Amino acid sequence: MTGWKILLKKTIFDPFKFYFMKELETNDNGRRDFIKTVALATVATAACGTLASSCSSKVAANEKVKLLSPDGEIVEIDSSYLNYQEHLAIVSKLEARQGIAGKKFVMVVDLSRCKDARKCISACQKWHYRPEDREWLTVKLMRDSENAPPYWFPKQCFHCDNPPCVKVCPVDATYKRQDGLVLIDNERCIGCKFCMAACPYSTRVFNWNEPEMPFDIQHAVSNPETNIPAKVGTVEKCDFCPDRARVGLLPPCVEACPNGVFYFGDENEDTVSNGDETLGFKQLITDRAGYRFMEELGTKPRVYYLPPKDRQFPVERGYENLPENIKARYKDAMEGTEK
Amino acid sequence: MELNKYQQEVFDKQRPVIENFGKKTWAWTIFFMAWILLGGYALYLQIAKGHGITGMRDNVVWGLYIANFIFFIGISYAGAVISGILHILKVEWRKPIIRIAEMITVIATIIGPVYILLCVGRLDRLHHLFIYPRLQSPITWDVLAISTYFAGSVIFLYLALIKDFAIYRDAKLNVPKWKQKLYKILAIGYRGTPSQNRHIRISTNLMAIMIVPLAIIVHSVLSWIFGMTLRPGWHSTIFGPYFVLAAIYSGTGVLIMAMWVYRKMYGLQSYLTDKHFIYLGYIMMVLGAGYGYFTFSEYLTGWFASEKWESDVLEKLFNPAKYGWWFLFANVAGILLPILVVALPKTRTPNLIALVSLFMVIALWVKRYLIIVPTLESPLLPMQDTRIEYVKYTATWVEWALTFGGIATFFLFFTLMSKFVTVIPISEFANKETKAEQPVLNENEIASA
Repeated sequence: MTGWKILLKKTIFDPFKFYFMKELETNDNGRRDFIKTVALATVATAACGTLASSCSSKVAANEKVKLLSPDGEIVEIDSSYLNYQEHLAIVSKLEARQGIAGKKFVMVVDLSRCKDARKCISACQKWHYRPEDREWLTVKLMRDSENAPPYWFPKQCFHCDNPPCVKVCPVDATYKRQDGLVLIDNERCIGCKFCMAACPYSTRVFNWNEPEMPFDIQHAVSNPETNIPAKVGTVEKCDFCPDRARVGLLPPCVEACPNGVFYFGDENEDTVSNGDETLGFKQLITDRAGYRFMEELGTKPRVYYLPPKDRQFPVERGYENLPENIKARYKDAMEGTEK
Repeated sequence: MELNKYQQEVFDKQRPVIENFGKKTWAWTIFFMAWILLGGYALYLQIAKGHGITGMRDNVVWGLYIANFIFFIGISYAGAVISGILHILKVEWRKPIIRIAEMITVIATIIGPVYILLCVGRLDRLHHLFIYPRLQSPITWDVLAISTYFAGSVIFLYLALIKDFAIYRDAKLNVPKWKQKLYKILAIGYRGTPSQNRHIRISTNLMAIMIVPLAIIVHSVLSWIFGMTLRPGWHSTIFGPYFVLAAIYSGTGVLIMAMWVYRKMYGLQSYLTDKHFIYLGYIMMVLGAGYGYFTFSEYLTGWFASEKWESDVLEKLFNPAKYGWWFLFANVAGILLPILVVALPKTRTPNLIALVSLFMVIALWVKRYLIIVPTLESPLLPMQDTRIEYVKYTATWVEWALTFGGIATFFLFFTLMSKFVTVIPISEFANKETKAEQPVLNENEIASA
């Protein structure tokens, strides 16, 4: 965005934000310190592996950390409190709209490795504090033709480069960033659901009722990058976890997958990683005949699929271990395969 | 205001209607209010408990509400297009029916957009439409188009009312003081001077010319909410004209029904004559044929090419176990029946035309439902790994209560309006010719018609 456009946006559309941004920018040192502190805190959390609470002892007690308050002011709080919360609104909403400079996030999904273990789904729900019945990530049982065998097809948001959802939003609540991500500002969303109707991949979900979340998450600073807290009457979806990407972490679905199905990375750097191995993105797509799902729709997804050739598991392996209520979701498709 | 013989006759006929509210009207008002209250309670529950109380879910994100929205904006075309076009063409027989038609327009345009609001998850953020507007979104186009159209319709109705307000003001009607005062204000000092008449004439002509393209824009934009998406059954190039035609068609049907009701209720046979029903029947028949042509063209091309996603939707529409019977009803009652009834001289009577209009209007509502729900139930990706209760849409009582609440509001507004102004415009009977051209059918004409 050019300078005058930003100015226009700040002054006309975001008068309040303009005020606070100005405050922050004049106090540049403070701002830098703040970002650094927060980044460090997050990295420390990450180094401990899973939950932040497990490593709270590593941070000296009563140490003060600078943070951005909901009112846009920099406040100091006790670091032990900071550790309690995994998610940090580490960037302003304006930065969350612009994206991470120089990045082009991309995901590769290896269909030959998926057995519908559903670890990705639960990891995603845990990270975003979503209830068990809220899937941002679903696994379909696909079958390309009558004679072709079925295969498991994990599907998250494709973060299209020509996103049909962004085109139709009347209030600019969902937007495309320079790093390729399509995010939603759930404090701006009016809940018209037009984006849900427009998305050809049925990716988006709606908060039909008041979402149940832990108390502190419910009152966390809302940010499109963290996607917490969920808000009733608004749309949400997979966000590729940009708050983690900012500190060099893989999304939870990628980390949680026991079979290394998902590769996440940066197209500009030409690297993707599933946590175990890091590969060249273009090489991987070339070697394994990677494709984008429904290319003919012209949406230009940022998710690539590797065809289910030389599969590691028979499709039934995943199906047998599923709980009954999940099994019921695939009943029609499974019956079709037995014929 | 001096009334001539003909005007006096029309006025005397309708005077008791606006002077006495009547027990019957009270009963109807209370009846409609009860439905509206039930709708209000449903709305309260929906706002307090969230949209989870409706039948809409992640796959079928829109349901009854959007069908009602298209339906009401559709019937609003009665005044805009029928009255507008007939005005431009200077069709004399339009004069007794213009007020009914324009009242339908204004009332339906008030109720229609309310259904969009019922669909919105965050009513507290509606102002975002104005502080963060995005001109690329068809919803923004809709907001602009419908608000302009509503303003235009109100002006169009009002321009035709000014002279009548002056008549009510000067007639010393036996009505409460506030009502007399209101007539006086609304008549804005009209005295029938040549310059005043000229201004009203020019303004009405201009509004008639503007309201027609405005109406076409409104339903085109509305259809593009669907047409612009990549969904089978929606992503169709003919959706704009298809919706516009269907809207005028259903508007004509509602106009015929309203005429029938008023004629019966207030005994206006000598003004709302058989000829009006027959002429509007002809218009309805032509529109029905056009609508049928669009329908045939839309589904034939989809079925013949049988592309996978399109076939999924068509399978749902043709399968009797799914929406087959509804689809059949929508096409028989919505296309064949009106054409047949008007085409055959034996069935071409006001009662039958009104009855068939009722069926046609219901069929067109069903059609709107069939445009929305089956498509949303047929996403491009197979609907797996989705909760079982999310697969199929069934409207809950909340949605039905608000639907009937809207219909009751329509009737209530109509009842109240007909007690405030005369449904047959008095001032339009300005000269001998108007009366002479008043379509009073003689025996020969009935036979030839």
